[in-house]
Amino acid sequence: MAGIAVLCEVQSGEVSRGSIGVLEEAARLGAALGESVEAIVCGSGLDDAKLAALGGFGASTVRVADDALLASGIAQPVVDACATAQEAGGYRYWLAAASIMTADAMAGLAARLGAGIVIDAVELHAEGGALVTRRSGLGDSVLAHCGFVSAVGVVVTRANAFAATEGNGGTAPVERFTPSFRAWSQAVTLVGHEDAVETGPDISAADVLVAGGRGLGDASGFGPIEELATAFGGAVAATRAVVDAGWYPYSAQVGQTGKTVTPKLYVACGISGAIQHKVGMQGSGTIVAINKDKNAPIFDYADFGIVGDLNAVVPQLTALVKARG
Amino acid sequence: MRIAICVKEVPDPTAVKRIDDGSHRLVRSGENTLNPYDRHAIEAAVQIKEGPAPDTEITIVTMAPESAGRSVDRALAQGGDRSIHIADEAAAGSDLLGTARVLAAALKRESFDLILLGQQAADSECYVMAGLVAELLEVPCITQAASIALADGSVTVKRQVETGYDTVKAQLPCVVSVSDAINDPRYPPLPAIMGAKRKPHEVVTLAELGIDASTVGAAGAATSVGGLSKPAGRGDTIVLEDDGTAAEQLLAFLIEKKVVA
Repeated sequence: MAGIAVLCEVQSGEVSRGSIGVLEEAARLGAALGESVEAIVCGSGLDDAKLAALGGFGASTVRVADDALLASGIAQPVVDACATAQEAGGYRYWLAAASIMTADAMAGLAARLGAGIVIDAVELHAEGGALVTRRSGLGDSVLAHCGFVSAVGVVVTRANAFAATEGNGGTAPVERFTPSFRAWSQAVTLVGHEDAVETGPDISAADVLVAGGRGLGDASGFGPIEELATAFGGAVAATRAVVDAGWYPYSAQVGQTGKTVTPKLYVACGISGAIQHKVGMQGSGTIVAINKDKNAPIFDYADFGIVGDLNAVVPQLTALVKARG
Repeated sequence: MRIAICVKEVPDPTAVKRIDDGSHRLVRSGENTLNPYDRHAIEAAVQIKEGPAPDTEITIVTMAPESAGRSVDRALAQGGDRSIHIADEAAAGSDLLGTARVLAAALKRESFDLILLGQQAADSECYVMAGLVAELLEVPCITQAASIALADGSVTVKRQVETGYDTVKAQLPCVVSVSDAINDPRYPPLPAIMGAKRKPHEVVTLAELGIDASTVGAAGAATSVGGLSKPAGRGDTIVLEDDGTAAEQLLAFLIEKKVVA
């Protein structure tokens, strides 16, 4: 087994910035290990000339599977494409930046190949001639140094763990290949899609975000949240769960399928702190959590946590902040 | 309709969690509980049984030490009809692939129409078990379901992706992991908690599932943990119970940290 394959995801016609960040990290890792790095791209109606630019981010070759089955963002056909690429390339490692699609695709590939899989990796190191990841655990209080015993290793990196640069402008040869699709991989079909609609203000520029989750009880729970945000001169953010429930608009959603934010202050109200939310806000300067459930995982990575009733604490805090204003 | 739900026992979030220095494994000897994310999967199954498919049988499937019986009972109390508990010392130390192999072997013995999982495990934050299990079973897989509708032998799921909402459909049998947005799990009433112990519990070993013990557990792990280190970054967390002064203490903290002028 030799070489590193990086699954580069195409979203809305562009290779995702997260994928490019991982590709660049793979190039650094490959240089240390003496392994070449190839980009694997799956989609439909892809533009080879555009994909050749992945050479500027460290890919020695860009391998492209172009098929209608790969157009819909469904993971299992991508598993087949990666498995086909693996048969030809015999890669030692597979890397992908976590997204809804890539996490499932890498899981399927690991199961198909009997390969070990490490998820939520935040660092990639070359140690003793092999890849050893750092995988964060116990509410980010410890880093486990995870490596592989299996011939092939599969790594899903934490979303936003590796920032992409502008590249060096280079190009790489683009080679097309034809995946062999399995019956069960074609069984999930996309029957509808609604684009996310941006309706509210851009929360990614706010210095203070006051965010609401399921713990608010219902849509009316956002009233006091908005008042606190106003008192701070900030904006309101929301979790996926409350956006899916229709309590607050999608444009305010923070997390893996929403926005990544880095305000100076992030006040999480009634938010449990699932990983999909965490990856969107963990870069915030100071994190405050208010939740009546003392078991909520968000307390593991908050700077200041209050176990208490939002209906009491939030209005009190609003009044105190206003009084200083 | 036959629904299986793969659940996990996790350390109680209130307990201080620790990783063993020698094995680099999470110490699981303390207080444990049912993975809270799995409760959304159980609730989804119960809603199917209460709604479109009243003849549904709900089977709780878990791989855990024998001591995990209480967490299995907890899952049964919430709406499971029976349980399959894979308890075998040789399964200890399984990595993600090993765990998936064990679950898939248990699921393969029977013909389930729908296999549900929660979106992630609360302890490891693992969110890929559905993809692993589905591939080993060679069935379609849909993750992060925000709603589930069943009709004519197929499942239709709405899910949030990076670009908006997708609606996807697959024929059964299918593996579906549900997001925490799908429902608000109900707490079981006392009689259901009392009745859980009387439901059929099947405890099986790896050998009974036909699993070669060298392919799972610590012996068969495809990944290894060579060490542990402390991440840079956040300092200690201050957590306090509100006694009426928490808001004041928080503001003082924010002023001291110069977050608030």
